[in-house]
Amino acid sequence: MGTADAITATPEKGGRDWGEALHTTVAPGLERDAVAASQRKAAGPPPKIKLYEPRKAVHNKRIDGPFRRFKWLVMLVTLAIYYVTPWIRWDRGPYAPDQAVLIDLAGRRFYMFDIEIWPHEFYFVAGLLIMAGIGLFLVTSAVGRAWCGYACPQTVWTDVFQHVDRFFDGDRNARIRLDKAPWGVAKTSRRLSKWAVYLLISFWTGGAWIMYFADAPTLTYEFWRGEAAMVAYATVAILTFTTFWLGGFMREQVCIYMCPWPRIQAAMLDEKSLIVTYKDWRGEKRGSVKKAAKEPEKYGDCVDCLQCVAVCPTGIDIREGQQVGCITCALCIDACDKVMKDLGRERGLIDYATLEQCEAESAGAPATPAWKALLRPRTIVYCGIWGAIGAALLFALGTRAHTDLTVSPDRNPPFMLMKDGSVRNSYTLRLRNMESRPREMEVALVGLPEGAVLWTDQIGRDDAAPAQTLQVPADETRVVRAYVVVPAASSNVERFAFQLTSLDAQGEQDTEETTFANPGGQ
Amino acid sequence: MSDKLHIDEPTGTEFVGHEWDGIQELNTPLPRWWLWTFYATVVWAIGYVVLYPAWPLVSQATEGTLGWSSRGDLAQEMSAAEEARAATFERIAATDITDLADDPALLNQAIAGGASAFKQHCVQCHGAGAAGYEEYGYPNLNDDDWLWGGSLNDIEYTLTHGIRWEGSRETRLAFMPAFEGIFSSAEVDALAGHVLSFSGGSQSSTRGAELYELNCAACHQPSGEGDRMQGAPALNDAIWLYGDSRANIRQQILAPRHGAMPGWSDKLDPVTIRMLAVYVHSRGGGEAEAIPEEPQISDEVAAASTEEGNGNS
Repeated sequence: MGTADAITATPEKGGRDWGEALHTTVAPGLERDAVAASQRKAAGPPPKIKLYEPRKAVHNKRIDGPFRRFKWLVMLVTLAIYYVTPWIRWDRGPYAPDQAVLIDLAGRRFYMFDIEIWPHEFYFVAGLLIMAGIGLFLVTSAVGRAWCGYACPQTVWTDVFQHVDRFFDGDRNARIRLDKAPWGVAKTSRRLSKWAVYLLISFWTGGAWIMYFADAPTLTYEFWRGEAAMVAYATVAILTFTTFWLGGFMREQVCIYMCPWPRIQAAMLDEKSLIVTYKDWRGEKRGSVKKAAKEPEKYGDCVDCLQCVAVCPTGIDIREGQQVGCITCALCIDACDKVMKDLGRERGLIDYATLEQCEAESAGAPATPAWKALLRPRTIVYCGIWGAIGAALLFALGTRAHTDLTVSPDRNPPFMLMKDGSVRNSYTLRLRNMESRPREMEVALVGLPEGAVLWTDQIGRDDAAPAQTLQVPADETRVVRAYVVVPAASSNVERFAFQLTSLDAQGEQDTEETTFANPGGQ
Repeated sequence: MSDKLHIDEPTGTEFVGHEWDGIQELNTPLPRWWLWTFYATVVWAIGYVVLYPAWPLVSQATEGTLGWSSRGDLAQEMSAAEEARAATFERIAATDITDLADDPALLNQAIAGGASAFKQHCVQCHGAGAAGYEEYGYPNLNDDDWLWGGSLNDIEYTLTHGIRWEGSRETRLAFMPAFEGIFSSAEVDALAGHVLSFSGGSQSSTRGAELYELNCAACHQPSGEGDRMQGAPALNDAIWLYGDSRANIRQQILAPRHGAMPGWSDKLDPVTIRMLAVYVHSRGGGEAEAIPEEPQISDEVAAASTEEGNGNS
């Protein structure tokens, strides 16, 4: 070891060595190489280093407890939302689809119950995304990686597939045995039937996804008759594959190696966020019940039964502390609580706690209930911002107009001299009707001199008038080419406006100012 | 002791075995599937190189066994688009041009098709906004003044046969004689004044009126309203093909310019011509079909004009 110490120089020593080597001779360097070589010879060939490692299969044990039941509930609710939502019907009248939630990409509409979003209202979606972002801050700062542990699709589907494993191959020990068993008829048939169920679930998952983008019953019918769009089949195929592969085989590898979320969340956790913690000051030193009975003062509460490891869906040991593989699903809490109860010890050796609480507790303070960590300035501020954005969005949604007019004057040619010397300008009007029914709207000229008239590509010049009534189809933007003529004597006007009025009970109005170009103008 | 050489004590991770001035690398093994993913990308790349154009050579790239090319892709898309619009074209061809308005959707498609063809074939002279160029005598197609008629049928006829175009025997044909050397400068001035007086631009004179009556009224009509049958422009409105100044009008009397437009029957299919007509008609100056009526012109004018007035047959 003495020689090795000489070789493994400390930084300052290394610096000096280099300096000396430069200024004196090369001999010390040569000598050092020789020493290193002899050292290697003495130690024999260097041990084989493995730069890649195979996945260690996780066979998590069945467990029951409050957190497991909560996980069941979340799984049930999220899966139900995912699979059932597209099938909910919602009557919008004859001019709009009757699917409650529909992302109509071709028609560029997003329907969600009573709300219909047009492309120009994408800020609602942006607002929702901002809310999701703030919600992430809020949830993470309060309850840590709760998303990872309960609601993430990867977690939910992994959970589903792990239950399929359990159904076909039995619980943890049976599955480990089967894994090690040679491939025979029994194992092969079990594996094949299990994978078939995987595939079925995956297919159903992929199939449910496309229902959000088209009328679900129609699409289902077309899908099975081979009449659906290619993109539908491709989407189902891709999502079936990803679900099968990521949920059935990759599982915790996704969380540990692929997903950016754990890293982002790790950056957002602080000493006041709830995490799943092994209370080492209470648990250590680990020892069996017998040993602890002999020398109670030497051992802690942890009996090293490894139940927390056995139930973990990502296969980690929570007792090693906070780590990226921990999705905070809290199944280890259920497992440990059960063991503690059986031993007659206090529950909560593994528990939700903040790092701050841990520090206090290890210093001797009594355990604080976990919920106390939720109320603190940071979470309240996040809540406030989140709620404010939500309220603003709701307000905007409630007060938005369902009628809109945009005007773009023709720039080439800017004006047109007519036979009688009057001046004509052409405009492209866009009349937007956001109601799911056809509406009559009036377009009127405001601010033009007497004699100015308006006609359109559909209303002939003979019917020209200062105001025209137009039909705008349901849920559409009607593009109208409009011609405005101002008599010769008064054609020096430069600004005026089109006024759109919906001729129904709503009487919505939109006035759009524009220019009138004429020969005398700029 | 020798094991300690390979394990980093604080982290419990083994060393890879390199060492630089006391700094050693810890070994955190990659998952093996990561390596497989890498191999899969290599296999994918090999497959891609075989199937698709890949290696750039001197004049072109390797072609790939699938024979795919972006040009071929474009050709396919173009023919698909052509196929997709074939039905619409057929319907436009089968519908009388004056009946297109009965089917607003079809009319809109015709206008859109015409707009696109206009950009390709017409903008060179008439301009992108169809406003023409006064200095060159390319007429404005947006206004309500038409030399040869502004109804759908008239426009379609003009598009098919052209104006003063050698390619069609039925082309729109009209010539105004040059009066250079016939009128004195003062006479031309008087005549120009009379012409301008129709639209209130100048005072008329007896001499001017007299000269007009004798030399111009046969085609341009006594009060300058023009005659579309002969392609004689109206002189009593605010629109002037070659300019509205006295100098412009003098020049047009002395040495008239005669614009020409090629007929498109040899370059474009009838449907495209029809769509162009509909588009031009939709620019805001289009007129309704004229109800045929007997032209109320005097006998000698009729006799004089039969020579040239073969435009609207």
